[in-house]
Formats: sequence, C-alpha cells, structure tokens
Amino acid sequence: MTDHRDNQRNMPPLTLHVPEPKFRPGDVADFSDIDVPAAGVTPRPDETAAAGSMRDLAYGLVRVLDDEARAVGPWNPNLSPDVALKILRSMALTRAFDERMFRAQRQGKTSFYMKCTGEEAVAVAAAHALASDDMCFPSYRQQGLLIARDWSLVDMMNQIYSNRADRMKGRQLPIMYSVRDAGFFSISGNLTTQWPQAVGWAMASAARGDTRIAATWCGEGSTAEGDFHSACTFASVYRAPVILNIVNNQWAISSFSGFAGGENTTFAARGVGYGIASLRVDGNDALAVYAATRWAADRARSNAGPTLIEHFTYRAEGHSTSDDPGQYRSADEGSAWPLGDPIARLKAHVIGLGIWDEERQAAMDLELASIVKDAAREAEKNGILGHGMHQPFETMFEDVFEDMPWHLKEQLDMALGEKKAAGL
Amino acid sequence: MSEVITETVADATQMNMIQAINSALDVMMDRDPDVVVMGEDVGFFGGVFRATAGLQKKYGKNRVFDTPITECGIIGVAVGMGAYGLRPVPEIQFADYIYPALDQLVSEAARLRYRSAGEFIAPMTVRSPFGGGIFGGQTHSQSPEGIFTHVSGIKTVIPATPYDAKGLLIAAIEDNDPTIFFEPKRIYNGPFDGHYDRPSRNWGGHPDAQVPEGYYKIPLGKARIARAGEALTILCYGTMVHVVASTVEEMGIDAEIIDLRTLVPLDIEAIEASVKKTGHCLIVHEATRTSGFGAELSALVQERCFYYLEAPIERVTGFDTPYPHSLEWAYFPGPIRIRDAINKIMKD
Repeated sequence: MTDHRDNQRNMPPLTLHVPEPKFRPGDVADFSDIDVPAAGVTPRPDETAAAGSMRDLAYGLVRVLDDEARAVGPWNPNLSPDVALKILRSMALTRAFDERMFRAQRQGKTSFYMKCTGEEAVAVAAAHALASDDMCFPSYRQQGLLIARDWSLVDMMNQIYSNRADRMKGRQLPIMYSVRDAGFFSISGNLTTQWPQAVGWAMASAARGDTRIAATWCGEGSTAEGDFHSACTFASVYRAPVILNIVNNQWAISSFSGFAGGENTTFAARGVGYGIASLRVDGNDALAVYAATRWAADRARSNAGPTLIEHFTYRAEGHSTSDDPGQYRSADEGSAWPLGDPIARLKAHVIGLGIWDEERQAAMDLELASIVKDAAREAEKNGILGHGMHQPFETMFEDVFEDMPWHLKEQLDMALGEKKAAGL
Repeated sequence: MSEVITETVADATQMNMIQAINSALDVMMDRDPDVVVMGEDVGFFGGVFRATAGLQKKYGKNRVFDTPITECGIIGVAVGMGAYGLRPVPEIQFADYIYPALDQLVSEAARLRYRSAGEFIAPMTVRSPFGGGIFGGQTHSQSPEGIFTHVSGIKTVIPATPYDAKGLLIAAIEDNDPTIFFEPKRIYNGPFDGHYDRPSRNWGGHPDAQVPEGYYKIPLGKARIARAGEALTILCYGTMVHVVASTVEEMGIDAEIIDLRTLVPLDIEAIEASVKKTGHCLIVHEATRTSGFGAELSALVQERCFYYLEAPIERVTGFDTPYPHSLEWAYFPGPIRIRDAINKIMKD
C-alpha cells in the first residue's frame, strides 16, 4: 500500500473513529448520562398530524408510567383493568416460557433458544394495541406477540423441539415460528428482510381497500441493513398503512448500538429523513408502548401513513443460548438500566390502581410456571431434537416447490436409499 | 415437443418479443385481479423497453405502479404482497441490477414455502432483460442465470421467441413458485444470427413471431426442439438459440438444437433422448464459463449419456471477464467460437 503521509502538507492527520461502548466487563455501569424525560411531559399530536410537525418526538421519549408507577399525561391510554391485567399476564407468561425453554436448551432438548427478557412490553403491549387480524412481520425476539394473541404454547414448543408435531416439519431453527392463523409471518434468520415485506403487505391491503394494517419489528443493529432503508422509502412513498418498530435493546450480539449509529442520533430519527412520523418510546413502559402503537395504528387506518417507533429498552439477557454477554459487557448494566423492568413497572401500576396485589401476582406466577411446565411435558411427548429423526425423509424434499421436480425426486430416492442402508 | 395449452382460440398476430410480453401481462391482468405489475419506470411510461406500455392506463395505478430505485425493496415488497394473496410481477430493469435483491430472492422468496411448510408462498414472477449484444457495457449485458439455477426454490425461465415469451410468461405468472424470467433483450426486436456486422433483422415473417392474441401457456420444464437433426445435439437458450441456428445453417451440419426454455426445472428427458441419438453434445450460453449453467448441463449429460458419447462434451460460453464495452463482439460467443467447437467435436 502506498504511504501517503509524505503528501500531508501542513495538516493534522486524519483519525478513524471506531465506536467503543461505555462499559466493559468489570466496569461499574452508570447510565446517568441518558436523558430520561419525566413521564407525561411529551405532547401527543393528533393521529393524522403531518409528520413534519412532530419531529421532536423522534428525539424525545414517550413515557406514561411515572416513578410511582402512576399513568400520567396525554399518552395515558386509560386501559380498562381487564386489558392492563391481560398485558401483565401475557408478559409474565412470556417470561415464564422463556425461562423454561432456555432451560430446555441447556438440558439438551433443543439446539437453540432466544429470550426476550426485559423486552416483553415491546411485543405484548403492541399486540394488544393492534387488531387481532393485523399482520405482524416480527424479528426473532417477538415471541410475546404469539403469547399475547393466546397462541398455543405447545405448538410453539413443538417448533422449538423440531418434533413430530412441528408444523414447520423441523425445517427451521428453533423460535423461527410461522403462524398464519395468528397473523404472524414466518420468521427469517436474515435480519430486517421482514421490513419491506411488511410494507408490501400493507401496500397490498391498501390497494385492495382492506382495513387491516401491518406491523414489523427489527433490532437497532439491523437498521443498518439496506432492507431497512428500502422499507422506509417504500412506506413513505406509498404512505403504506404499516407500523415500523425498531427495538433498541442496546446490543446486537456483542456490538453496542454505536455500531448502528446510535452514538450520533436516535434510531427514531431515521424516520425523520423519510418524512415518516417517528416516535421514540420508553420500551419498558407497557402503557407507553400500547399508546404509541395504538396511535400509529389509528394513523395508518385513517390513511395518514406509516409510523416508525423506536422502543428504547435493554436486552437483559444474552443474545441467545449461544451467547455469553459476560464476555463483552458489564454485568451490572441490567440492574443499572434507568428504565427498570417492564413487568415490575406494570405490576406496580395495577397494584397502585387497587386492582391487583402481590399475593395475586405470586399466585399468577406459580400458575403460569405450571401452565408452561404442562405445555412442555405435552410437547415433549411429540419428541425432542436429536432423539431420532422425527420427520419422514420425504418432508426434506417437499415444499421446495409446489410440485416436486425430477431432480428432487431423484435426490429423495437417494435419501431413502441411505435411510435403508443406515437401518433406520 | 411443444405442449401448448390454449384456452382461447384466437387469430395469431405478428408480434415482436416486447409485444408478446406485453400481451401476456395484459391477458393475465385481465384474467386475474391478483396480478400486479411493479418496477422502475413501468407505470406511466410503460418501461424502458416498453414491455408494460398501456397497462397502467388500462388497469389503474393500484395494479401497475412505478417504484423507488431499490431492487431489494421491490422484491421484498413483492414477497409481502404475495403473502397478502397477490401475484406480483416485478420488473428488474436490467438483470445487472438484480444483485441488491439477492437476499430477498434467495433467503426469502425462494425459501418461504419451505420454511413455513406452505403457510406462506411467494408466487412472484421477476421479469428482467438480460444478456448482451446491444453495447450495454458491463452493467447492461450480463447473464446471471447461473446464480439463480444454483438456488433451491427458484425456477428460471428464458424464452427465445415471441411465441414462447408469451406462453412461458403466462405459465410463470400462474405458477405458485417464485420464477426468474430472463428476457434476452438482444432479440426483443428480432432474431440475431450472431453476425454483428450484418444488418439487424426484425421478427417480421418469422413463424415463431405469430402470436395468438388470447390466453395460452407453455408448461415450465418442457424444452423445444428448435431444429431436429442427427449429427450432434446443441443445448442452448435465449439469444444463443438463434446464433446457433444460423451457424449450423452456414456450416450445413445436421445438428439438433434444443432450446431449453426452462433451466429449472430442466427437461432432462429431451436432453437425454437427443444426446443418446446423436452421440455428440455442445452446450452454448452467453454467460461466463466457470460455474455457468453449462457446467451443470455438461455434468448431467456425462452422468446420463456417457456410454453414448462419441466425443467429449464441449462448452461455448462468454469469457470469464466482465462484459466489455468496446470489445463486446470479441467477448460474445459468436459464430466463430461455435463453429470451432462443432468442428472439434465432429473431427473424428
């Protein structure tokens, strides 16, 4: 490589900025520099207001629950007790499900699992703010959508175990669910591909004069993907009835949000350049997530176009069962996180309302743990990964195309021959 | 060899390949309200090659619309529209521009049926002009079909005549799997004999340019015998079908020319029957040589017809370089390269 330093004339040398997170293992985490506006202070524009009139919201933080867990301000969705308690229950069930399935992976019952601990509100509260037939294009950490929509835990576990009853026929990595009946699109392992797909679904719904809208999720790290920007362009150009959710949980495996540009601006601000209404929301505040999602859904339904929502939250656990966050981040980040835990905050809120108490919470947690345990036992009857090949060999070749062409039939014959030779 | 399913018997009209493609889109948009056409410049303007001319006026902006310049977005949106229940026919303006869409094609459209066990499908047909011979330089001349034939879950179709272009495009649109439909742009307006220094011809008077106005389809996976013969088998598709035909004519050799029409699924029966009959096989494509589709064809012929072969299989292809602008005709696998290969195969 040519050395250009002789050509520098009388100028300072350039320097390359490689982002570095504030805390590494062993450091004391201190998030006092994060600007957390008080609950209730952020204005709530009309759902059909021009995107250009609310740019400040992309740099603020919509919060409803205050430090005493009271719901305050214009974004307070004034949930009925039933809905608030249902959200609390779905979040707690999601956490219980995660605990059990994480353990199942550690016990060797499956290859992989991903928890959403600390981020339960992002999916669960959104699911309640959407209509049950709105179409969701999730990333891999929105299992709360299925749980909030009361989808069968056994069915989810069958997928995780890749067993005989797995509707995906054991083809997908655990947690890459597909549940058409719950309005839940097939999850891809490739990041943010679902964003333009959600926009396309929403465009189709609008072109057909339908009333259903689409919602999609991605992590802050994958906002760097081209698909993210393609999706924003399409959503803006056609004013698609879609909600674009960025779950900013601070970490993309070991890369902190700075590697997606988080040192320089907010992720909600990405929407501003596209002329998309953009909200930045306390993702650990279920009521704020609910209110923002409902606002965006109402906006989409009134043909006022898409909304981009950054859910500011924290990934309290590892990226997946294959990850050890102790290698790259400070262990006390989670407890120092200034926005708390979404379940604890909603629990305190409903207790404050007088519609809930610690005893009922404890009883519910026991009940949910037992529901999850029973579901796991039921699913394990259909087999667990590695204990035999649960699907007939034919299924490996089915669904590549609608009809099996000759070259796959030949390869199927070969596989069946190998099966016979192996004495299976 | 051509199995044609015609529902509407209509008088045939003289059409060039653009008109035949436009007619296929028109027929399908009329028959199926789920068919939507989208892409850069396809709407009001009707496409840079005019393949979608008049469709927006006839079917409205909700079904025929211009898109932003993001191929990733075009295909990603088409996947979502397919999941909704539509049948998108996105256009990628040049095959050379398709690479930003690769993840959406390979990891999403091609895999959706499999990974969701049929819950969601991507019944899209991606139309894209491909191939060189028009002084398009390296970004308007490529033949990337081998990239797609390597991907499980995608069909790849390449017509060589106006008649086939319409019938195959209708079949591709009706097909429930994602299909890459590469249109050889050198022969949009007329067949090409490979002699770049001779006057261009148009499709006027060509028997394969007589195209019915109405609906008909040519099944995917069925090859066409463009010329029957006994001396050797030549496997080719797209523009090269015509270049090969005129070279064979000039040489006076009794070759059997098989126009593959669909690369995946491939008509292996037609290939096998022909090679076993002639004992000689030449494979011709414009795409680069290494790992090109010709390598797959060569392997298949060797595996299935080895004991019938009287000479090694030969490949005539583009060179393993980017498509050069000024040296286009030195790159193009034209009559000289084809003739040399035929002579080599037939020398004993």
